[in-house]
Amino acid sequence: MTHSFAVVAMKKYWHVINIGIQNTLVYRVNFLFRAVFALIPLAAILFLWRAIYAGKESGVEVAGYTLAQMISYYLLVTIVDALTAVNEDDWQIASDIKDGNISQFLLKPIDYLTYRLCLFGTGRLIYTAIAVVPVTLFILQQREFFVAPPDWGTFGWFLVSTAMTALLQFFMSYTMAMLAFWVLEVSTFIFILFAFEYIAGGHLFPLNILPPMLAQVLYYTPFPYQMFFPVSIYLGQTSGPALWEGLGIQAFWVIATYGLARFFWSRGIRKYSAVGG
Amino acid sequence: MPADTPHPTARAPHWLRRYLTIYAALWKNSIVREMGFKTNFLLWIVVEMLWFALQLSFMFVVYSHTDRIGTWSKWQVVMLLGGSHFIQQLFTAFFLTNCTQLSELIRTGKLDFMLLLPVNTRFMISFRQVDLGGFVNAASAVAVMIYAGNQLQLTPTWAQVAGFILLAAVGILIHYSLMFLLASVSFWTVRAQGIVWGYYNLFNIARLPDEAFRGLFKAVFTFALPMLLVANVPVKLLVRKLSSPLEMMVLLGMAIVCLALSEGVWRFSVRHYTSASS
Repeated sequence: MTHSFAVVAMKKYWHVINIGIQNTLVYRVNFLFRAVFALIPLAAILFLWRAIYAGKESGVEVAGYTLAQMISYYLLVTIVDALTAVNEDDWQIASDIKDGNISQFLLKPIDYLTYRLCLFGTGRLIYTAIAVVPVTLFILQQREFFVAPPDWGTFGWFLVSTAMTALLQFFMSYTMAMLAFWVLEVSTFIFILFAFEYIAGGHLFPLNILPPMLAQVLYYTPFPYQMFFPVSIYLGQTSGPALWEGLGIQAFWVIATYGLARFFWSRGIRKYSAVGG
Repeated sequence: MPADTPHPTARAPHWLRRYLTIYAALWKNSIVREMGFKTNFLLWIVVEMLWFALQLSFMFVVYSHTDRIGTWSKWQVVMLLGGSHFIQQLFTAFFLTNCTQLSELIRTGKLDFMLLLPVNTRFMISFRQVDLGGFVNAASAVAVMIYAGNQLQLTPTWAQVAGFILLAAVGILIHYSLMFLLASVSFWTVRAQGIVWGYYNLFNIARLPDEAFRGLFKAVFTFALPMLLVANVPVKLLVRKLSSPLEMMVLLGMAIVCLALSEGVWRFSVRHYTSASS
């Protein structure tokens, strides 16, 4: 019996994914614009680092990074970001709650979190498929600075970690959007969280160029696992016991944020039903 | 219907007084509106301060590993961050919402109503709302600039300060002209709001020292979208890095070109406007 239940569930969410693909394809031009526009600040930051390295003797390292490694870092951030970043999912979830659109999900045999996860997945899939053209061209233009991973095993763990990054990003945004049950205007809170994710996650600079004490503290927060960790695996900086420990912490945060997402949803629904009568 | 001009018989001081009265009323409206959502108003200031702090910490981390970017020292770059934040926030205070809302005015047909008002339509659209939080954030930028100035042991003359303010105003004028120009695209497509926000994201480039850039990138962001001029030139005046007065002339020249271009496109657009509702 459980087998057929699983098949029914699969079929159900397969429909959601199909609809998701069709809905996101509407925004393909928008996605292309966004992917191209995102390359401009990337190019700017690469210029900045080039100027810094140019002021030193050639071949010198800055905080343990050669110029090629530094440029590779930012290129990998761009790739992982395309694969995992929450786009407008949090805004949409918040407005679903605010406008009462979630009522229909309470009546249907469909789980809202799974539903949103399917949409998030399709959104990332289509975005990546569209961004792959401009991003590949950009990387080809920088190819002399793009380093390969040390071996295939490392690359495999990079993919595993990137998948967990995507889940972590999604569950954190989902939990944040649950605020809409209690607060009228959630955008400021989303921007505040985003600021922390941006700097403590490693979007702006690799976290291991920070003073070691500060970097050590950050490793126990969820933020590095939203970006920095998979990139550091790819670059061969995290291996051996540190790799297993990091993957463990990352898995812990994925499960924890999943629990929080479920918890705040059930609390929110209780309040939501009460207001709706 | 052409953009209406001031009443022909009105003398200069008279119309100026009239427009100032209207602008004062718009200010009063904005204050009342903002005070209706006090918590939100304060939270947005927190968000802006956080992002400003974030940019500053990025530069502090970078400068913990290097002494210079090109010829720019740490506190000179902090001055640049402060200067560009100052310009961006004043732009936000006066123009940002007004520019981004043009597409909304067109989509909902509210523009028709504004065209009928007996004032210049572009004036009305450009100055409709004031974002008061922008002034608070601009003040935080000034505080950072003063601190950086102290670290650099700068003793700017009054002429330099006045020059900075003037050049900053010219920078804001460039941003306003370009954003208004892009917003005018909404007369033809509903996607314009995305383009306008795309432009706003380019502000990120303005706070980086121009020396770091080379080739095509530098040319585009100096002479097409002059991001590398708007904050760099005024700040270089303050920290005495201007290589020649020519840089100031280029900034001024670009401002005039951008303003003229945006006025041209605006007039053309309004002439071809056929309301959303009818």
